[in-house]
Amino acid sequence: MNDQYILGIETSCDETAAAVVKNGTVIMSNVVASQIESHKRFGGVVPEIASRHHVEQIIFVIEEAMEKANVKFSDLTGIAVTSGPGLVGALLIGVETAKTLAFAHSLPLIPVHHIAGHIYANRLVAEMEFPLVALVVSGGHTELIYMKDHGHFQVIGETRDDAAGEAYDKVARLLDLPYPGGPHIDRLAAKGQVVIDFPRAWLEDESFDFSFSGLKSAVINTVHNAHQRGVQLKPEDVAASFQDSVTEVLVKKTILAAEKFGAKQILLAGGVAANRGLRNRLSKAVEDFKHLQLIIPPLHLCTDNAAMIAAAGSVFYEKGIRADLSLNANPGLSLSRFSTEP
Amino acid sequence: MNVLAIDTSTNVLGVGVVNKEKVIGEYITNIKRNHSTRVLPAIEYLLKDCGLGIKDIHKIVVAHGPGSYTGLRIGLTIGKTLAWTLKIPLTGVSTLHLMAASGRYFEGLISPIIDARRGNIYTGLYKFSNGEWTNVLEDQHISAVEWAKKLNEYNEHVLMIGENAPTFQSVFETTLKDRVNFASVTVHNPRPGELGLIGMDQPEVDVYSFVPNYLRLAEAEAKWREKMGN
Ligand SMILES: [Zn+2]
Repeated sequence: MNDQYILGIETSCDETAAAVVKNGTVIMSNVVASQIESHKRFGGVVPEIASRHHVEQIIFVIEEAMEKANVKFSDLTGIAVTSGPGLVGALLIGVETAKTLAFAHSLPLIPVHHIAGHIYANRLVAEMEFPLVALVVSGGHTELIYMKDHGHFQVIGETRDDAAGEAYDKVARLLDLPYPGGPHIDRLAAKGQVVIDFPRAWLEDESFDFSFSGLKSAVINTVHNAHQRGVQLKPEDVAASFQDSVTEVLVKKTILAAEKFGAKQILLAGGVAANRGLRNRLSKAVEDFKHLQLIIPPLHLCTDNAAMIAAAGSVFYEKGIRADLSLNANPGLSLSRFSTEP
Repeated sequence: MNVLAIDTSTNVLGVGVVNKEKVIGEYITNIKRNHSTRVLPAIEYLLKDCGLGIKDIHKIVVAHGPGSYTGLRIGLTIGKTLAWTLKIPLTGVSTLHLMAASGRYFEGLISPIIDARRGNIYTGLYKFSNGEWTNVLEDQHISAVEWAKKLNEYNEHVLMIGENAPTFQSVFETTLKDRVNFASVTVHNPRPGELGLIGMDQPEVDVYSFVPNYLRLAEAEAKWREKMGN
């Protein structure tokens, strides 16, 4: 059997990325041009500026990915691209590029849901075993997903307000930490003590949904009140207490979901998966379950990249998922509807 | 030499195939619908109808702005990617020059107009004489009132062209009186054939670094620079 080579393209936010993945599991190349330095001065990603950077970077990035993988277009099985969700103007650059390449070389075009990509980053680390539960946490997402097979996604829990990553950014700003705040909170938290009892939003019994806006407000109020009373809170302790609340809810709900769905694996995905506090807590919690395997991709596969898009694209290709030249960017693409099975 | 011309700068979507002898085919629509779903299907359809494959194209010419930011990026991305992957030359032509080209037999100055909102326009000043184009005033983002004053310094008739031109009719007529002329609706849509022709002998650009000529900073960038004091 011939090897399968998928070129992945990802431009949903502020990383311009391209990668080649062999047989859905082997990274041949994984090139990411980050715009983070450009957006830092604005304290967040500016969509119009992100789109402008993608146009500047896209050809460099794809050429490098093809050269590093040492493949030609005639070697490719297909081209996978993030079609959503994300910033529409940013997504469009990747989508137009992928469609143009598919057209020029008569190659199959495979649309990939960004979150499916994050989940499939795990397949670049270890083979997936079903059923499984995936916890996806990033700047824009906090979701629990149940998968009974490849290409099947059931969103069983999601945030009702802010994404976990957004809460991290807000708290980081409050503590005067640079953007993006997540890694800084994580670093501070490791040095602090959990001395403030911040709220945990468990929501209804049995609910796998999340809510972080109450926690965010509680942190803001606590810091402001202390400030008014002239009390000096240690930023390390605020960070540790905040992170304790976030990770406790994330981990407990994930373990509950794994139990309920009889999961063989828990996959951690998304940028916040790089958070050490979360990794450690989840690793510890999983130790109590003999037959439950935890997979956490290395840092560079947790943040946005195109290898994960190619890895997901590989599976969707086998399932016969194709797009034609009218493929559009869909900023609100739903994961459940993207599922290849009902 | 077959040239593929792509224009997605405004609501008008235009693709065309031209060579030195003739305009082989053009596809033009002026509807408010997403370019992203329609440009590549239009190229595929046009080439097929003309009995050509994408490998029969020897050069790509893209209208590089000004215009709609998203629209420009769509056309440019397609053009860049095609030129890069087919290893053929790419060039960019001013969207305003392209618009002016439809008025080539007008004896006087030609001012293409794209509405840039809040009383502002994207425009430039062009002249066609002795078979050659001259760019009299460079492409710019300017208030319509200011532009009318600039045009008034020339003692010549001016042709306003582009579907947004009538929006500014009273502004221009107040200043320029009977020296201002408005093109008919039949020539408002830029012709991809003209685009291919203008770009045919133009030097190629670097496909990697080629970006739209937005003529304006992103809003956040402009505010940031203002804050930083430059
Ligand atoms: Zn992401």
